[in-house]
Amino acid sequence: MSPREIFALRDYLDPGLTGRTLSDARHSASLTEIAGQTCLKGRLAELSGRSVVLATSNQFLAAIAMLEIDGIARRMLLCPPDLGAGHLQAIIEDAEIDAVVTDQPDRFAASGIALVLIAGEELTAAPRTPTQRATEWLMLTSGTLGMPKIVGHTLEGLTGAIAADAPARGNRPIWATFYDIRRYGGLQIFLRAVIGGGSLVLSEPGEALADHVARLNKSGITHISGTPSHWRKLLMSGAAAGFSPQYVRLSGEIADQAVLDGLRQAFPSASVGHAYASTEAGVGFAVNDGLAGFPASLIGTSRDGVEMKIVDGCLRIRSKRAAHAYVGRRASALTDNEGFVDTGDMVELRGDRYHFVGRRGGIINIGGLKVHPEEIEAVINRHDGVRMSRVRARKSPITGAIVVADVVLADGSDASRRDEIKSRIIADCRASLAPHKVPAMIKFVDKLDITPAGKLARSDA
Amino acid sequence: MSVRLKIVSAIEQIAAEQHVTLPPLEDNLSLHETGFDSLAFAILVARLEDDLGIDPFTISADASFPLTIGDFIKAYENVPA
Repeated sequence: MSPREIFALRDYLDPGLTGRTLSDARHSASLTEIAGQTCLKGRLAELSGRSVVLATSNQFLAAIAMLEIDGIARRMLLCPPDLGAGHLQAIIEDAEIDAVVTDQPDRFAASGIALVLIAGEELTAAPRTPTQRATEWLMLTSGTLGMPKIVGHTLEGLTGAIAADAPARGNRPIWATFYDIRRYGGLQIFLRAVIGGGSLVLSEPGEALADHVARLNKSGITHISGTPSHWRKLLMSGAAAGFSPQYVRLSGEIADQAVLDGLRQAFPSASVGHAYASTEAGVGFAVNDGLAGFPASLIGTSRDGVEMKIVDGCLRIRSKRAAHAYVGRRASALTDNEGFVDTGDMVELRGDRYHFVGRRGGIINIGGLKVHPEEIEAVINRHDGVRMSRVRARKSPITGAIVVADVVLADGSDASRRDEIKSRIIADCRASLAPHKVPAMIKFVDKLDITPAGKLARSDA
Repeated sequence: MSVRLKIVSAIEQIAAEQHVTLPPLEDNLSLHETGFDSLAFAILVARLEDDLGIDPFTISADASFPLTIGDFIKAYENVPA
């Protein structure tokens, strides 16, 4: 029984498209042959109708298992690599998990789940299994505090932006992403590679950036995505020289003009654009004119099944690509009464464009005045001596908090020019920002931490 | 540099950044008359904490904020660094 209208990931694996591969630093598989192979030693049928948690030690195995399980299991929960054991057990209960696919069975010894299937990178031949159902895809939010939320999607919703925004046919793209594919941003790239007939080169945790880029070059990658923090790191490393992707995309954080300009300079022949997406709201829109922010005309109109409005300065999205619900015992409503997802991302209208100014939850309160760290970072980052910055609150007995900035200098910036750069930053902030938003102190640091989800680590967020 | 000199130089630095014209910094000058707002004082206290290693206004919960320049400087001089 393969209902005609239900497409699972397996149904996109066209055996006629040759030369497609899926690889990381240590493994490679043919996406052409994979439809007739199993990483589960042929035990896929046991997962039929089950709620499966997919928890593998690497993305390569996760990718192969996703191709195999989608369309067979009732639910498939993608476990990101940095999920703590305490959270894992609560998530298993919330998602009513009754089967595990893993290469780390010890992690589940005390979970009470009877069916634990071992996945392995050695693929064996198996007959193609017809699609049985539309599997519910469960993803975890990358919230920085407390329990991640479980978000329910369908493959149709997850791939909603792909048909509308398909890469040019003909030369099939070779994709790469700095994201982990078990996160929304990375999953989009995995799905684009599978559905668009391309190949995919995965990132490898702990791999030096120069080695990663060398591997991407060797694989001839053409299309690549990451967060602005990922890209700033790349621009800072010097590894961008000799790297020439055709299609460069940013998402997951605010793409400021400095990072967009930096990428256009580093990759003059590439198409550089940024996209707005979130685990809950799905892919909202893409901006390909090279400018930060997005045209105000996108608000209030419906295009490609996506409608956006602004409520109290915050972006809300109603979309066929959005998740359908939060999952769990204490799950809250995902949308407002009209079906809009409140993204928590705050915007400001400047001229005929909206600009993202920060997260509603990340606001710093300076003596009763509100500050978004991101808007100050955008001003600091436009200095040519600066590669990236992080603005944070420092406690103050007088105003509750003050704004301080940690700044990473661009490579080639002379350390002896620090005082001059500091004065220029302060002067520019004074000219562009309200007085309480001007950093009280600027500290130069060698690097800023990036979270496993690829975002700038904010201790106070 | 003495604690007093460090404090005076930090006040002058912030006044320059904030485009505040300072009157002569005498001990009996009230802090209100310096022209500093609460943000400027917050910046001053934070920078002095980094420079001198102490924040006398956070250490002691019942310390009232000083009223004059002299009291302000004393608050730093009286705390063992």
